[in-house]
Amino acid sequence: MISRLSAITLNTFREAVRDRVLYNLIIFALLLVASAPLFSQISIAIERLVLVNLGLSSISLFGVIIAVFIGIGLVSKEIEKKTLYTILSRPVRRWEFVVGKYIGLMVTLVVNAALMTLGFYIALLLTERKLTGGDSRLLVAIYFIILEFLIVTAITLLFSSFSTPIFSAIFAFAVFVIGTFGEDLRNFAAVAQGPTKWVTTGAAYLLPNFSALNVISQVAHDQPISGNLILFNTVYALLYSAAVIAAAVLIFEHRNLK
Amino acid sequence: MKHKRIVTVVSALMLLALLAGSVLTRHMIEAARGRQATLEEVLYVPSGKVLKRMSLGYSGLLADIYWTRTVQYFGSRLHEHATRYDLLAPLLEITTDLDPHLIVAYQAGSIFLSQGGMGAGQPDKAVALLEKGIRENPEYWRLYFTLGFVHFIDRKDYKAAQEAFDRGSRVPGTLPWMKVMAAQMAERRSDLSTAIILWKGIYDGQPDGPARTNALQHLQSLQADASMEDLERRIEAYRERNGVLPKDWTDLVRDGLLRGIPVDAFGEPFKLMPDGTTQVHDPSHYLYLGEFRSEKKPSP
Repeated sequence: MISRLSAITLNTFREAVRDRVLYNLIIFALLLVASAPLFSQISIAIERLVLVNLGLSSISLFGVIIAVFIGIGLVSKEIEKKTLYTILSRPVRRWEFVVGKYIGLMVTLVVNAALMTLGFYIALLLTERKLTGGDSRLLVAIYFIILEFLIVTAITLLFSSFSTPIFSAIFAFAVFVIGTFGEDLRNFAAVAQGPTKWVTTGAAYLLPNFSALNVISQVAHDQPISGNLILFNTVYALLYSAAVIAAAVLIFEHRNLK
Repeated sequence: MKHKRIVTVVSALMLLALLAGSVLTRHMIEAARGRQATLEEVLYVPSGKVLKRMSLGYSGLLADIYWTRTVQYFGSRLHEHATRYDLLAPLLEITTDLDPHLIVAYQAGSIFLSQGGMGAGQPDKAVALLEKGIRENPEYWRLYFTLGFVHFIDRKDYKAAQEAFDRGSRVPGTLPWMKVMAAQMAERRSDLSTAIILWKGIYDGQPDGPARTNALQHLQSLQADASMEDLERRIEAYRERNGVLPKDWTDLVRDGLLRGIPVDAFGEPFKLMPDGTTQVHDPSHYLYLGEFRSEKKPSP
């Protein structure tokens, strides 16, 4: 089972790395990160702030775009090229295919995030002339961004397990946008009454919460991130993405591929 | 087939268990971050003008989101009986920068800001918000009314209140009593009837929500005060006629000074005290009793 999973994971990673969309996005993201020192020169005393906000937002936004645009093709491309039938005719279970694809895309995103983080820290070094202990706190924000990718990739895979690529992209982006307002939805549910309260509470818990994973503003202002939040966010992202993958497996297992 | 069934059952069970786990973890995240975490982040981008540029043209939608956040913030602070509303003014500032024509944000927001006790107690900031609203929406007469109201009720600045009502009375389509209010402010009348008219105007001009509820509570208290003043005048009339104070309300009914036992807005009888003064049956129903009532000395 492990060898089958790792084979699918490796293939997915290779395929994603060869994808031209990926390179375009990475170059664009790196350019944006690299341009941060230029942006900071037109403002006063907020060079580091602009660089951190712009750099981390770019890593997050472009990572999400990559997750969605590559994620939507994970299943549909295999069906379109008829390669899925070849894979499933071998002793590969459908759930192994879904989980392998997920891990493969996650590896790709982690490698991308690592590259962009490297570019971001180089830009930081160029602007500040030195890196301080406080700059290591930025890694917490990047870790949370990777947790965000865990959930976004799972959601994209869920939609691509039963829908067309275009609709999968639309649904995934819609869920991402709603998720970024997750705490607003929760607050709204807290003050609502009657059936509205039940519906909004249900939606608030069913949809992902990306609000707690976005600490870019806090780290940009050197605010500490509690250890509890790091722990709970990690557990939450793992549980939620695993739940979504379970749903994707459930759907894909029953999908008629003929 | 057997394998497919196993995968289905296992993944369905995992889905339920993992979702339940994620809900529990989310509660822990909320506890770790605090419920107002998203709102506190407004302090990081406190400029509505910057947010407007960042919204890429969707500033109306963003204004709606910020207004919802404002209401949620105010409601939750009120519920917690908080004494500080530090984020209220910045939230209103951002909301109205994003959508300068969002009248409700000026109307209800200024009441949230100005009221002491059940609000932020920052009438000067409420005035600044309303002046901004008038600059952006000069044709909306209710904003002048609310401005006059804040000057009169919370700032006790009769001249500024008169000016606000006077400016509002010149707006096409305004109600005629704006002129009357301006005249009353010129006479520096700080009595119950003026306060009732003003709070009634606020009550009528507010959408359902905390500001309207607050206006209703003020109105109930003012009307109870007005009823008690009227009852005390009748008690005084009884004393002048009979030389003694009435023992209970039936004495006044018997003398033709009352038609029946007087009751308040909640259907509860007013109390007649031995010194000839009156009290409401349950003071907990009235949060603002005595705000505008004239001092009454007990009868000898």
